[in-house]
Parts: sequence; structure tokens; C-alpha cells
Amino acid sequence: MTELERHSYDVLVIGAGGAGLRAAIAAHEAGARTAVVCKSLLGKAHTVMAEGGIAAAMGNVWPEDNWKVHFRDTMRGGKMLNNWRMAQLHAQEAPSRVWELEEWGALFDRTKDGLISQRDFGGHRYARLAHVGDRTGLEMIRTLQQRVVALGIDVYMECTITRLLTDGTGEAAHGANRGNIAGAFGYWRETGRFVAFDAPAVILATGGIGKTFKVTSNSWEYSGDGHALAARVGGTLLNMEFIQFHPTGMVWPPSVRGILVTESVRGDGGILKNSDGKRFMFDYIPEFFKADTADTEAEADRWYEDKTNNRRPPELLPRDEVARAINAEVKAGRGTPAGGAFLDIASRRTPEYIRKRLPSMYHQFKELADVDITAEPMEVGPTCHYIMGGVEVEPDTAAAMVPGLYAAGEVAGGMHGSNRLGGNSLSDLIVFGKRAGDAAADYAKGLGSAPKAADGQIEVASKEALAPFEREGGENPYALHQELQTTMNLLVGIIRDADEMRDALAKLQEFKDRAKNVTVEGNRMFNPGWHLAVDLNNMLLCSEMVAKAALEREESRGGHTRNDFPKADPEWGSKNLILSEKDGEVSLVHKPLPVMPDDLKVLFEESK
Amino acid sequence: MTITESANNPKAFAPGVDKSKSYQANFKVWRGNSETGALQDYSVEVNDGEVVLDIIFRIQADQANDMAVRWNCKAGKCGSCSAEINGRPRLMCMTRMSALPPGEEVVVTPMRAFPVIKDLVTDVSFNYEKAKQIPAFAPKPREADGTYRMQQIDVERGQEFRKCIECFMCQNVCHVVRDHEENKKSFAGPRFFIRLAELDMHPLDTNDRQMLAQEKHGLGMCNITKCCTEVCPEHIKITDNGIIPLKERVVDRKYDPLFKILGLSKKKTND
Ligand code: SF4
Ligand code: SF4
Ligand code: FES
Repeated sequence: MTELERHSYDVLVIGAGGAGLRAAIAAHEAGARTAVVCKSLLGKAHTVMAEGGIAAAMGNVWPEDNWKVHFRDTMRGGKMLNNWRMAQLHAQEAPSRVWELEEWGALFDRTKDGLISQRDFGGHRYARLAHVGDRTGLEMIRTLQQRVVALGIDVYMECTITRLLTDGTGEAAHGANRGNIAGAFGYWRETGRFVAFDAPAVILATGGIGKTFKVTSNSWEYSGDGHALAARVGGTLLNMEFIQFHPTGMVWPPSVRGILVTESVRGDGGILKNSDGKRFMFDYIPEFFKADTADTEAEADRWYEDKTNNRRPPELLPRDEVARAINAEVKAGRGTPAGGAFLDIASRRTPEYIRKRLPSMYHQFKELADVDITAEPMEVGPTCHYIMGGVEVEPDTAAAMVPGLYAAGEVAGGMHGSNRLGGNSLSDLIVFGKRAGDAAADYAKGLGSAPKAADGQIEVASKEALAPFEREGGENPYALHQELQTTMNLLVGIIRDADEMRDALAKLQEFKDRAKNVTVEGNRMFNPGWHLAVDLNNMLLCSEMVAKAALEREESRGGHTRNDFPKADPEWGSKNLILSEKDGEVSLVHKPLPVMPDDLKVLFEESK
Repeated sequence: MTITESANNPKAFAPGVDKSKSYQANFKVWRGNSETGALQDYSVEVNDGEVVLDIIFRIQADQANDMAVRWNCKAGKCGSCSAEINGRPRLMCMTRMSALPPGEEVVVTPMRAFPVIKDLVTDVSFNYEKAKQIPAFAPKPREADGTYRMQQIDVERGQEFRKCIECFMCQNVCHVVRDHEENKKSFAGPRFFIRLAELDMHPLDTNDRQMLAQEKHGLGMCNITKCCTEVCPEHIKITDNGIIPLKERVVDRKYDPLFKILGLSKKKTND
């Protein structure tokens, strides 16, 4: 074997989306030698797809807004299953993180007074989202990317991490011992050569698991790498059953099925109609939100002009409610030709207004679907968008349950409870990205000597990564991936049933066996077939966790809807499901939710 | 158990494709590495509503598992999937099959101005090096009340340039470097001219970038052919709104006697 390429840092960040870049900046500024590793080129991360904005109670549009209201909205959106401390820190710190972006060059849209403008979004009581048209995610990535470049932080692009390394002081699993984090191992996509990073602190910022589903808004990178990397070194994962299906993905043409249509379309006046032309959301207002939601079209329409004296249109209910409503309409035979609902802004706003407020949506539909959204309605339907579950972390430091391991952004669990509000993702990235970076740098500094990767770990990891080349005549990784996606979409999708999930688990078992037999053609140089074969293992593990947790939770709440248990159950409302893995076996335990202190509890009584 | 997908399973939101409009297309895709390579023929199915990237995926899944291609968002927002389709730089995910001449072969090749790594993937590190050479944004202090106040109209000029998705197609098409490797050293390219213009127009930035653009980044080598503007998938007016105003300000400065004598900084003549 040729000499292994090795690098040494204090803090290694895996992932270059909003959370990863913010974490790297924080760790660097705290004096740690820091590097970022990412699967794609810098600036391409899935964060660029975020359209709507960054939720932060700055009070620029509504002086009444403050962190307490944001905290309350977040908890209610998550059906009270959020980690209260994370939700509190998030609401308190989001404004400072946004101002910081401005200081690093972000050009947000402005209010008349020249302050950062804030827009309305589902589930948020006040207009609260700092935004740049409908390309806020791109603005965030570019700003952070340019900051990272300015600070001279090392970025290893197109490099995939396949294993975390530990000092081997813990239990045996996967042919190597667990223990304290000592670094990470992976390959360069370009050459296929291996590389190891020695680092006592590793921050996971790898995003979600969307590529396990067929209809998804997520890019190929979303294969649950961070979830799987954490689990394989003994990290625990929380509430993997909660998956957000964004209500409005494109449904036509079929090749772009799942690509997102931003919620801002509804925030700016767009309404949902079925094939009878009926504005159906009024039929789907749940008890829990009745007091805050308009019950007539007249009131809903007045709200855009006068938000003080009118209640919000039902199109702006939290995402899970809207997704289920569209699902129900289609099921009842009132869907559009391509199997969705009509989203109509054309009949409600002028073409100039639409083009100004929603430039990338206008562009996207024009070019991909040949639809002019200023003249015709769009066809939309639910698409797998976000996983609320993720790595179990300590709220203040983002530390996972493995010494030296941190997780921030979508890969971390707890912050969003059972359902995330739009706009709370971008703010989550920068709030907990910074916290993870600070804490990881602190931890690395506090260590006397850095843990060293135990003997044999590298060999195990390289053997595992090369396995698909060793086999002959096995299965095509693309075919297996497609089957996995179809299975997850159909059997563990937006509406779930015990029988179907048992079928899914049986299928997953079979896929796991078949994955051991996947072969790839060609050599190690930039070989997407091989990359997929490696990523498949992560997707399979995440899928199993999702299915197991979804079968276990016998209630419906947020991003988890059971046909056989259609109601939320207060008993389940006090429980997290904690998943772990060892040698390929997934296990699951119940854990009580942390109890909210009284001074925060009061906030919910006041609002009643 | 078998899993079937059909239009009457609305639960899945994944009805089957209407195959009545499907046809076989002939694709020629460049396969190779930094040393050798050639166009390879593929006969492949095309369905209604598909884009070139869908077809590339189908070839990859069924006929060439190891075919290298970059992509991320499949929605024209990340700028990863740039290639040349029938000789024209385009985003593969935004090029609808129905927009190409029917019945004709489709030729897909990597971007020409960058060295090939493998198949459709090129080495775009030139752009990342250029990005590092641009001095960082340096804001003026906050106002007394802790805020920054900017008017919408003033941020909009910079926002146009910040729409850039870094697809690097403008860099690829610019004749100054397209067939002139030797110019790359002294020429940052249109993507970075608009980055400089954006910072120059940023209401908060305090760095002086005008002479820098001219002297260090090769603004003078651009002769305003506008090829960059034509290929930009974000429809950024690279030349009219970025390069030309920047050039004009440089010229103003060069002939401004006061500036010459006193060496005064005339940053933000547009303020
Ligand atoms: S206008 Fe200038 S930068 Fe643009 S392609 Fe022509 S020479 Fe290059
Ligand atoms: S300016 Fe336009 S063409 Fe050039 S990199 Fe940016 S998006 Fe691409
Ligand atoms: S894949 Fe993102 S622009 Fe084409």
C-alpha cells in the first residue's frame, strides 16, 4: 500500500453547508487549528436550496416580536417535543447570528427604514424571516464561504469521510474499538486515494437523509453520512421517525418531482386549490391552531394588509398540516392531473409583484416546467424535505454522546421536536454551528494530549471502503438505491401503517444483505458508482432507524402520521426514542423528555 | 411482496411516467481522463419532461456506472452541473430535452477552459484560487444605535451579482482564457469582476477595489465581447452592470488630477 496521506488538526468539520462553515469559523476564531472536509465543491452544499429566510426575532417589522414569542412558536410547531433548551438558545441567539452575517457582507432585503426586512412564514406569529428574495440559502452559503476563505481556513473539497477514528478505549464494534474521537478516515473523490485526519474533535454537519426517499427535495449528498458515522462509533440518535414532508414540491414534470416550491409563495399571497377550484385549507384547520387561523376567505385575504386585526390564512399552517391536507385531497380524487394540488398566486398578485418577490420560483417554473407562474397555477405535492430526528446532543455545546464528537444543523436532533417551522433551519445552522465550533475548540484545547487512532482502525476502514471492488458479478448499486427509495417512499412515507412498516423492515433486511454483494465497475478515479455503493450503507442504516422508530411510536405527531394511531397521545408526548447501533444491529429505548422550567412553561399558559 | 407504482396510488406521490411520449435518443458523451478520451455513443430512453441531466443519470445507472459527473441540486441553484451541450455551455439540469432539436444527436462534453479530471468533471480550482486573491469584505462601523442602515435600492445593485451560482460557465466561455492558458495568471475572469463590482458597490465596504481590479485582476484585458453575459444562467448582466461601470470608474480615477497628486482614495464615487 502506498503511504497514507495524513493531516493533523484540532477541530475537523465534516460538511460545508451553513452549519459546517459557521462551526469552522467559530473554531478557527477560538484559536483551534481547523479544517473542513466536504463531499462536493465549496459553495454547493444543500443550504443553497433554502429559499424562504432565516427566522430571528429582531423585531424590525414587528417591534412586539421577541425571543419568547419565537421560542413559543417553535415549541408549538414541534408539538412540544422539542428539546426546550435548544429551542430557547435558538430563539435567543438567532438575531445576533443574522447581524453577524450582515457584518460579513450578506446583503439582505431592507425595510423602509433601511433595516433588515422580515417576511411572514408558516407557524411564525410575526413576520420574522430575514431574506434575500427567495434565495436566502445561497446568500448564507456565499457569505460564510467568503468568510472562511478570508480567514484562510483549510477546506478539503470532494473528499468523503467513511469512518470516524477513535482511540479504541471503548467497546468493540465493527472490527475496531470505540472510544474517544481521534480523527476521521475517507477518500478523495477525484483519485480514490485514502486520506486520514488526526483530530481530537470532530463536528458532524452533514445534513439529512433525504436520498433514502424517492420524492425528495434533497441532493445526492443527503445520504445520512453523519447519522451513520455517529452511530457506528457509539453515538445515539433521537426520534428518527420525524421526517418533514414539505407540502409544496413540484409534481410536474416527473423528472423534477420533489423540487421545492418555497413557502414564500403562500406567505406572499398564494393559495391552494383542488381540481374543483375550491380553496380547501379551510377544511383542515386543527383544533390546536383554530384560535390563530382565519376561518373565512375574507378574513384570510385581509390579513396580508392588516395583520393586527385578522388571523392568518390556513395556507400558512405548519408544514405537516398542509402536507397532510394536500395528501387527503388527492386521495379523495380531487388532485391535479399530475397528482397534486394547485398553488395559485397568478390570480392574486400582479406579474410585477410576483417576479420581484419570487424571482427564482418564476425562473425555476419557466425553465423546468414551461409554466409562467404569473399567468398559471403551479402543481404541487408533498416531498421529503427534512429530518427532525438526528444525533442526540447536549443542548449548550452540541456535544454528541461520544467524547470529542459534535453535531450541528440537520444532522443533530432535538431542536425541532416533531416538526420544524420554515425559516428555523437556517437559523439553527448558524446558532448551533457556532456553539459546536466554540465547544469543540474548547474541548480540544483542554486535552493534555490528543487521543491517537488505535492500531488497526485504518486497515478496517480501507478494507470496508474497497469491498465493492473486490466482488464480481454482484448487484448494481444504482438499482439497489432505487429500490430502497421506492420502498421508503411507499411504506415509511407521509402516512404510515404498522403492517407496511413491518414489510419495510423485512425489505430493509434483504437490502442489507444485498448491499454486501454490490459490485462496481471501473477504477477508483472519480467513480460515482463506487461512491454510491459506499453511501448506500449509510442510507440503509438510517432507513432502518427511521422505520424502527416509526413503528414504535404509536401516535401521530408532527412529521409522523400513523393511519392506525391517528391522534397525538400525551403519554408519547413526554418521550423521546433513542436509537443506537452495534455490529449492524439497531436497538431502541424510550427516554423521558427533559422537563421545561417553570419560567418558560408560563409562556404557554399566557397564550391560551 | 411487490411494490407497484401507479397513478392511483396517490399516497406515494410517485405515479409512473407516461411512456406514450417516450423515445430513444442518441447521445454522444465525452469519456476519458486528463490524458486520453473520446466521444462514446449511447442509445438511451427519454421521457416526457426530462432534462439532459436525467439522461446522463440513466446512462450512468444502466450503461456506465462509473461515468463521472458533478451535480447537487438538480434545480439550477448550485451551479455544479455545467457542461457543453452541442458545443454550448449549459447547466445540464436546466436544459430540457424538448428544447433541443428533435431527432438529432445530443453531444455532451466537459467545459473546455478547464483541465479534464474524468468524463464530464473538470478541474475548476482556478476559480477557487482567484477567489482567494480578492481582499475580504471590510465593513465600516455600525451606527450609534447598533444597526446598519441601507436602502433597498442600494443593496439591489450588489444583490444582482450575489445571485451568482458559481457555475463558472462565464469563465469557461471568455476568450481571454478559453484557449489561452497563459492568461490565467493575470486574469480573474468575469465571475470575479462581478465579485469586485459587488464589493465596490456594497454600501458598507471600505476597501478600495477599483485600481486593484485593473492592476491585479486583469480588468483591462476584457474587451467587452459580452459572451459571459450571454451564457449566465442567472441572467446577470455581467458586462453592462458589472464590468463596464467598473471600467468607467477606473478610467475616471486615472484621469482625476486631484487623485493623482494627493493620492486620495476616491472609493465609492457612486455613494
Ligand atoms: S465581456 Fe470581457 S469578461 Fe466577458 S467574455 Fe468578453 S472578454 Fe471575457
Ligand atoms: S456570473 Fe453567471 S455564468 Fe458566471 S459563474 Fe456566476 S452564475 Fe455562472
Ligand atoms: S445540479 Fe445544481 S445547477 Fe445543475
